[in-house]
Amino acid sequence: MNLSFTTTDFFALKPVILLCLFGLGILLTDFLIRDSRYRWLNGLTALVGEAFVAFAVWQHHVHLSEAGRDVVALSGALVIDPFSVFFNWIFIASTILAILISVRYLEHEGEHRGEYYALMLFAQAGMAILAQGMELVTLFIGLELMALSFYVMVGFLRDDRRSNEAAIKYLLLGAFSSGLMVYGFSLLYGISGSTLLPEIARAVAERGSSDPILLLAMVTTSVGLLFKISAVPFHMWAPDVYEGAPTPVTAYVSVASKAASFALLLRIFLVPLFDLSELWIPFLGAVALATMTIGNIAAVTQTNLKRLLAYSSISHAGYILLGLVAGNQTGLNGISVYLLVYLFMNFGVFAVITALRREGEAAEEVDDLSGLMGRHPGYAILMLIFMLALAGIPPTAGFYGKYFIFLGLLEAGQYLLAIFAALYVAVAAYYYFRIVKVMFLSEGQQQPASLVLSRGITLTAVVAGVLMLVIGLYPEPFIGLASDSIRLAMR
Amino acid sequence: MREHILSIVWLTPLVGMFLLILIPKEKKELIRLLANIIGFVGFLVSLPLVFWFDMSTAEFQFVERLDWIPSLGAQYHLGLDGISLLLVMLTTVVGFLSILCSWSAIQDRVKEYYAMFLLLQAGMLGVFFAVDLFLFYVFWEIMLVPMYFIIGIWGGTRRLYAAIKFFLYTLAGSVLMLLAILALYFKHIEEFGFASFALEDLMNVSIIPLEMQIWLFWGFFIAFAIKVPMFPFHTWLPDAHTEAPTAGSVILAGILLKMGLYGLVRFSIPLFPEAATAESTVQIIAVLSIIAIIYGALVSLMQKDWKRLVAYSSVSHLGFCTLGLIALNPNGIAGAMLQGINHGISTPLLFLVVGIVYERRHTRMIAEYGGLANRMPVYTVIFAISMLASAGMPGLNGFIGEFTILRGVFEQNVYWAGFAVLGIVLGAAYLLWLFQRTMLGPITNPENEKLKDMNLREICVALPLVLWCFWIGLYPKPYFDILEKPVAKVVERVRPGYFERAGIPNPLDATIVRAELTADGVAKP
Repeated sequence: MNLSFTTTDFFALKPVILLCLFGLGILLTDFLIRDSRYRWLNGLTALVGEAFVAFAVWQHHVHLSEAGRDVVALSGALVIDPFSVFFNWIFIASTILAILISVRYLEHEGEHRGEYYALMLFAQAGMAILAQGMELVTLFIGLELMALSFYVMVGFLRDDRRSNEAAIKYLLLGAFSSGLMVYGFSLLYGISGSTLLPEIARAVAERGSSDPILLLAMVTTSVGLLFKISAVPFHMWAPDVYEGAPTPVTAYVSVASKAASFALLLRIFLVPLFDLSELWIPFLGAVALATMTIGNIAAVTQTNLKRLLAYSSISHAGYILLGLVAGNQTGLNGISVYLLVYLFMNFGVFAVITALRREGEAAEEVDDLSGLMGRHPGYAILMLIFMLALAGIPPTAGFYGKYFIFLGLLEAGQYLLAIFAALYVAVAAYYYFRIVKVMFLSEGQQQPASLVLSRGITLTAVVAGVLMLVIGLYPEPFIGLASDSIRLAMR
Repeated sequence: MREHILSIVWLTPLVGMFLLILIPKEKKELIRLLANIIGFVGFLVSLPLVFWFDMSTAEFQFVERLDWIPSLGAQYHLGLDGISLLLVMLTTVVGFLSILCSWSAIQDRVKEYYAMFLLLQAGMLGVFFAVDLFLFYVFWEIMLVPMYFIIGIWGGTRRLYAAIKFFLYTLAGSVLMLLAILALYFKHIEEFGFASFALEDLMNVSIIPLEMQIWLFWGFFIAFAIKVPMFPFHTWLPDAHTEAPTAGSVILAGILLKMGLYGLVRFSIPLFPEAATAESTVQIIAVLSIIAIIYGALVSLMQKDWKRLVAYSSVSHLGFCTLGLIALNPNGIAGAMLQGINHGISTPLLFLVVGIVYERRHTRMIAEYGGLANRMPVYTVIFAISMLASAGMPGLNGFIGEFTILRGVFEQNVYWAGFAVLGIVLGAAYLLWLFQRTMLGPITNPENEKLKDMNLREICVALPLVLWCFWIGLYPKPYFDILEKPVAKVVERVRPGYFERAGIPNPLDATIVRAELTADGVAKP
């Protein structure tokens, strides 16, 4: 085995290295900023870092299209493939959007400190490893790097008890689920004698799906993965964490962390566990159905906006899982389209919620949006677009995620799941339209919501809203971008 | 111009909406004026359709076909045949009149109101033009949101409930339709190896087993049955129609309900002919239609609320239409489509009539009125005509539709026809009784003493519809000519050789001769 560090290894690791360097750099330069009014410069540094990372990922992309085949680096521990490139784009976009909506929010909360941006970049480094990793230990390190950064970010409002509570809950439950997942990893290692995913896949194929140890390994590994994507029955942390965390962090957790966890989940199920699909398809099908059911039904009664969106994001996780349950290329395209669209619609919503935050008061109830149409019609219309997108109603982009998932299920002959998934769209529309109702139809008994706006927040909301409509009306390039980035045979 | 006429017709209200948005919201009069002009222009640009329309073919005309999402096979594919022509003209006329009738009724949030109406208008026209199922679905959903707002913002006291109920019912139906569309689309790929949502391509799919066909048929059917609405999916209708502002009720009753009928005759029945002619399907739909006819009429009889009475009468009238459709013969289907148009003329009139007194008195309770004929003579005449048109008096449009439907139904099943006749009797009963209670006799309520008769604008709104009632009632031939070919095509599709067996000349034969003459390939034999 060749243990020297080659240029290929460096090329593959470049996004991770850049993210870590810029993260550390922010920690240092933060000391130079004496005047707290200039803390936004840290955010700017992080954005510059993102530009470099984006260039590195662009190089990956160019290399892939020129070489025409995947690049394996670090003795098989990391790869560059369309999958990793696609997910890296998602992480870059979501970090940029998260930074844009964070600056004003943190200033407002009086917690504007440089390490926040550093933590974001570290978390993204973990995500990049999750997207590129092909080896159990590497993947685990990536996962923990991401999770640890998030634990701190969730509790970033030191004086806010809900934020602290959310962080400790997330930490304890997260650690527990990571433990179970590592147990699953150890079983996989035990049966194959290797931590490389393709090696494990070979060993699994030899054993066949009737082996109980494989069932045990699959279930324990799944627990950790399902926890991260907040699938039922491991979803309990999500509402509390979403509610307590600083709003931009909530957005970041709900999009980037979820996408990264899906990257890990897809790698695990499509590479080492691929031959067990007759075991995991019914298993994940049941989980997805339960996730959609609980997510949608619990969301109906929520009055807190962030909790409502937490349950909605749980139900979205159920839909995305269905793409894997379909087990065909259409379903997998559905996952990538869904994640891409979900990124923008969720950030759009959270940008508006961030803007809602008022001085010294947590304005996060659904009713706080009442009369938004009267005061800020632009934002109300953007929010309407996001709600339609979240519900999956054309002509918004949200429709196409559901379109592919439904089509995948029908191709796979999973008619019952398809019918349930389709009818839950109507349930979801009910609670999304509660928000619409409050914004547009309610007579403002209370004082109308006034927004705390900044250029970053406006930019995020407008970009997301315009993309929802543009993708919705002309989805061709976006479908092209997303499809075939996740493939059935990823070995 | 002629090649793009369909796009022009549906884009006119949409472009108008964007123009409207540019006007500051304080200038209410300007907004009203502009919205009315746009509505009228929308009607004018749709007129050429009538003149350019070729009645001698059953094929789609003015076809526009562009790639939209090549990777999915979805196309921007529009077309018009006789069935959609009538509905499109109904939409542009009723759409304009409903904008006109909102002049004084809507005082709050005027700009949003008209913007929603124009968006709705564009969506409705798109639904009737689309012959690509993906495009159709998109238009079908686009319509939902403006209607939700129209009911929810400018509606009556229970508007929030009515709006969300309307929205969720329709959405639940349409997602099931989406699944059916996708399943059909997938089967098409399996059979032919390329992706397409075009209606003509999907009609060729032959590998679907009968059992699955029946499932898919019901998938489409539920979406359309909710829209029609058929018993037992009708419960959203009384709420939505009653709570919506007058113009909203007019559009709901006039156009939106027709979309259900249109969907059945354009998609459900031709796409799954074997499922549509299956004994169980026909029985179920016929029984549900008969229940709707009689139940709707009985419930109407019992209403204390004027507007709710009219709303329930729709359930009964649309029951006739679905019964005619499922007779699956030329008279039944043509009668159903014509009765759809008739209902789209006379029921909006009835809603306008309610709206006029509601605007003056702010109550819809029948008991509050009585003897209005003494104060409002013009109003009484208009109400009488619309009431009689709705009840099916000879010489007015309702009679022609009901008569044709009954002929079709009678050919199919005598017992169904018997129940349908019972429905007509009940229909006359609740309408005449309503008229008697509100219009005739002395004025019992002093509030009604000072009621003013209809003003010029209100007469202008009602007059075209009244004239239309007489036109169809006295000279329906052009309508049957327009409907003949496309209806015959549907009948041939579900019952091949129907005309030969019945010994009637097949209207489509002429088309075939003609298709050989025109070498442009538009009309395919």
